Amino acid sequence: MTMPLEELQRTMCAAVMQPLTADEDMQPRDTTGRWSGRAMDEVASGFIAPNDRLTAFERLEIYNRQYWFRIQSAFHEDFPALRAVVGSDRFEALMNAYLAQHPSRSFTLRNLGSKLCDWLAENPGYAGRRLTLALDVARVEWAYIEAFDSAERRSLNDEEVAAVNGDSRLALQPHLQLLALSYPADDLVLDMHQREQRETSEAGTRPELEDEEESTPIRLRKRPTWLAVHRSDFSVYYKRLSAPEYRVLTTLREGKTLAEALDAGFTGSRLSATTQLSRVREWFAAWAQLGWICIPE
Amino acid sequence: MSGNRFNAFKDYGVGIGLRIPHYEHIFAHKPGVDWFEIISENYMVDGGRPLQMLDRIMENYRVVQHGVSMYFGSAQAPDREHLRRLNSLVKRTNTPWLSDHLCWGSVDGTYSHDLLPLPYTWEAVEKTAARIREVRDFVEIPVAVENVSSYAEFVDSEMTEWEFLNEVVERADCGILLDVNNIYVSSVNHDFTPMDYVNAIPAERVAQIHIAGHTRYEKYILDTHDHPVIDPVWQLYARAIERCGPTPTLLEWDDRIPSFEEVWAEARKAERYLEPVKKHKAVEHEEEKQLAEVAQ
Repeated sequence: MTMPLEELQRTMCAAVMQPLTADEDMQPRDTTGRWSGRAMDEVASGFIAPNDRLTAFERLEIYNRQYWFRIQSAFHEDFPALRAVVGSDRFEALMNAYLAQHPSRSFTLRNLGSKLCDWLAENPGYAGRRLTLALDVARVEWAYIEAFDSAERRSLNDEEVAAVNGDSRLALQPHLQLLALSYPADDLVLDMHQREQRETSEAGTRPELEDEEESTPIRLRKRPTWLAVHRSDFSVYYKRLSAPEYRVLTTLREGKTLAEALDAGFTGSRLSATTQLSRVREWFAAWAQLGWICIPE
Repeated sequence: MSGNRFNAFKDYGVGIGLRIPHYEHIFAHKPGVDWFEIISENYMVDGGRPLQMLDRIMENYRVVQHGVSMYFGSAQAPDREHLRRLNSLVKRTNTPWLSDHLCWGSVDGTYSHDLLPLPYTWEAVEKTAARIREVRDFVEIPVAVENVSSYAEFVDSEMTEWEFLNEVVERADCGILLDVNNIYVSSVNHDFTPMDYVNAIPAERVAQIHIAGHTRYEKYILDTHDHPVIDPVWQLYARAIERCGPTPTLLEWDDRIPSFEEVWAEARKAERYLEPVKKHKAVEHEEEKQLAEVAQ
């Protein structure tokens, strides 16, 4: 009896996405529970025809390998600094566990790592002893991806900036990413991201991952760091922020008024009102120059 | 070159795939490439450098969009966000036609990012044709479907691949992006005669042709787009051109990408086959014109 198309596609998808063995072969038995642990050659024979050179299992295995090689390659490209921090072997385990739990839910591989930071926080064992640094680095690398190609809206002009008052609600550029970190991880990521090249293609080949030399990351000391990852003239930049500046920006992004954002920014501050005002003017001048402030939609 | 309604009657010649490693050379030297094919998904973003680069390319070149994840053969409805972004890019590029693959690759919202083969069944014919029509109606430009390389066949298949392709394009009333390298790869992997495939396709529906290289392993061939085009594939190309007439032709090179000059030189080999056919067509056209004048 013919298998309905949708059922066949669910079946093949589950088989293709089943994690490979340590030797990068297809699992000899079902490990997903979908087929109750049955032998995969039986599963494959249920819908794939063999030929005189390849069994149904071997034909399905080609797709199983291609799937993993492709998404592993994309993940490697997106998180080179994380790989350097946790080490190659641990990174492979981390990557495979993450991708098994979070396969792509988007038409583009660009979004493959969108859940990585939350997942790593929930699964700290995969990061080893350097969890905090690994989390910081993953956040910076994901912020880079967001800043690289997120939208850019019209920023406020000088007249609009002059008209801003305490009741104003302001939006921030979609490409502007705000991070509170335990390490100055931008230094490490900047050092590792010597070259960014992400492109979708039809090529079904395994990248030369195993030939890559393991990069040694620069050593960092723990130091609270507030960071803006943003785009200017089509390039991504990192700008360190002060803690109050970070709090003002994140409060504005939550949709609060400027007065509320400033309150949040200077809570507990010992600065005089005059100094605070001076700081706010400096920040606004910088934000306006960088085009970070927009009218809410 | 003569066009047809599936490529908006465009007379595009030989092009190559637009790839990041070649940007610098293209901007610096402005080589005389007739057109570039872009992978739609690389530019379906909200902003930033990808779109800036695309806009710069379009200042000097014509581009045609080629997708890798519309998955015409997926049994479920297309993702609306994908369609919206695709349509937005179509408006930006003014691509005369749009192509994607005769395959599937997603189910229940999970994407394989691979070009998975379809079972050649009547159910798949109907569902695939319906989805092609839906996409074409959304983007409002001609759509061409590309035959893929495959490494597996299904026990449920009821017809040959070319019979399946013909049924789909007939029901969808769409064009074909004929990939002669994919025909060759699949012919070795599935033991059929590739020329039978080329001879069976409806020539009047071929909007575009792809040529590419591949990698041969002991028991199968993988479509890797990382080598020059081999002679047997050029022979299939020659026959396709003979049947279809001069057709927009594109060389794909996606991995281990060599210099721009090397890729462009490989693509231009297609002109050896195109030029004689173009001359022959021109003579035929002239003779028809003279006959018409005599008749008057």
